[in-house]
Amino acid sequence: MQLRASPHLHSGRDVPTIMRHVVYALLPICGFSVWQYGLSSLALIVTVTLSCLFAERVSNKLSGTVNTLSDWSATITGVLLALTLPPAFPLWMGAVAGLTAVWLGKSLFGGLGHNPFNPALVGRAFVQAAFPTAITTWAPAFTAHRFTEFIPSSLTLPLMQPNDISSWVASNMVDGFTGATPLARWKFEHFVYPVQDMITGAASASTGETSALLLVVCGLYLIARKFMDWRIPVAVVGSALLLALAFRLFGGDEYPPAHLVLLSGGLMLGALFMATDMATSPVSPRAIWAYGAIIGTVTIMIRYFGGLTEGVMYAILFGNALAPLLDKYLQPKVFGARK
Amino acid sequence: MSRSVIQASNMEQLLEGIWEQNPLFVMALGMCPALAVTVSAFNALGMGLATTFVLICSCTLISMLRHFIPKEVRIATYIVIIATFVTLVDYIIQAVSLALYEALGAFIQLIVVNCIILGRVESHAAKNPPLSALVNALGMGIGFTIGLFALGSVREILGAGKLFGISLFGEHFQPWVVMVLPPGGFFVLGLWLLFFAWLAKRKEQRPLIHAGDEAIMALRATTEKGARHGA
Repeated sequence: MQLRASPHLHSGRDVPTIMRHVVYALLPICGFSVWQYGLSSLALIVTVTLSCLFAERVSNKLSGTVNTLSDWSATITGVLLALTLPPAFPLWMGAVAGLTAVWLGKSLFGGLGHNPFNPALVGRAFVQAAFPTAITTWAPAFTAHRFTEFIPSSLTLPLMQPNDISSWVASNMVDGFTGATPLARWKFEHFVYPVQDMITGAASASTGETSALLLVVCGLYLIARKFMDWRIPVAVVGSALLLALAFRLFGGDEYPPAHLVLLSGGLMLGALFMATDMATSPVSPRAIWAYGAIIGTVTIMIRYFGGLTEGVMYAILFGNALAPLLDKYLQPKVFGARK
Repeated sequence: MSRSVIQASNMEQLLEGIWEQNPLFVMALGMCPALAVTVSAFNALGMGLATTFVLICSCTLISMLRHFIPKEVRIATYIVIIATFVTLVDYIIQAVSLALYEALGAFIQLIVVNCIILGRVESHAAKNPPLSALVNALGMGIGFTIGLFALGSVREILGAGKLFGISLFGEHFQPWVVMVLPPGGFFVLGLWLLFFAWLAKRKEQRPLIHAGDEAIMALRATTEKGARHGA
């Protein structure tokens, strides 16, 4: 006879299935970014994903565990990481980010499920600290020859400074390209980006964060199939929206309008695909609400009062760090138990 | 005890400080200078040599005086002796290389409170004759210097593309800014600690495997013998 601990009912879903569906949900976003930025975006996504898979395989060999490539988690880390990087990011830096993400963010802690932080964001945080200029160099979308030629900085030789893209930008653009994201333009010029630009992907941004609408649609697919907890994105976006509205209402024109907060930057990408990472988010409902609200609030605080223009990454890493604590102190009441 | 035996134990002691008891990578002591001044290989080496000098001088002197220092005030006495040598080093570095002096800053004076030195003095020099104390201090000093150099060289190569100020990758090298910042120090230190822990574990497992083989052989021999007796 075999004795097993609860739960005894199994939904029939395992980690590879869930992960595979997350990859499906990310594919349209990747497709859109390739359509926008062409070869460079495609090469970046492929490079980062391959470097993550390579890192995972090497860790498997070193630690003597089974091959974990087939659980799709390294693939997700790679694709998500690539989507948070700017399209003109040199490929070798992308590979550095991928290797750091898997080794530092996951393998050293013992692999999938043991990592306290979202691996993709660990990788991004590392390259943001290592290459601050390259990670804030934005390229224009929809250039004429995007499917036949790379953005010059993509093909930089390993360990070398990114090739200068200013002449390439000048030769490709009809009107002036500022190279600043909607959030940066608000922060430094108080310029409100047109809404249609932020939905159609014409605003400069990271590879996968240009269309908030598409992100929401892909996220809704995962929520509808119950592959992610709907509370997390609702709590993150809801708290950010409430705060943005409150600041706009009481603070006036000094603060950006609410739609700018929602549509620009990585808020949707982070809320839907990164904060919802199962290994790094809390499990009980009250803890989940608190976790989401903390991420949303910290994002707004960094964007409004911090030195950086975008704060989603650090907000989620901060939330990850608090997740075990939230789970501990916001446990659901045991049925029938009295205080 | 014959002369050769003493020499062998001295050699062992020297190697112990460099490898098995490496102050930085095995005992994880002296973290403050290890993280703060290892931005370049030159600074790291300078810091390592300065610490080694203080370590050797204070350990030898304290070992000579070990019967005269009252137990109740020993820490204060040690600190006074260590501080004397640190002051000496402070002036020497200032005279030899002002650039190094400015790069190391307050961390030269802070050698006084480096726990490697006080630790060596308290646990070894205060109980052993001068020669043994000197060898032990030398080993620890070399071990610490190697540790700092390992940190400093990696951080300088990635953070500036140079080693000892000599450019390695040409002028278009992209510096990894994080390596020059404190987080980079933690990353590199962590990786070296990981490497040494891995080496130690491998070394530990090897004799275990042999021991296991021998045990199996012995077991097999006894059971065979038992079977024969039974027959």
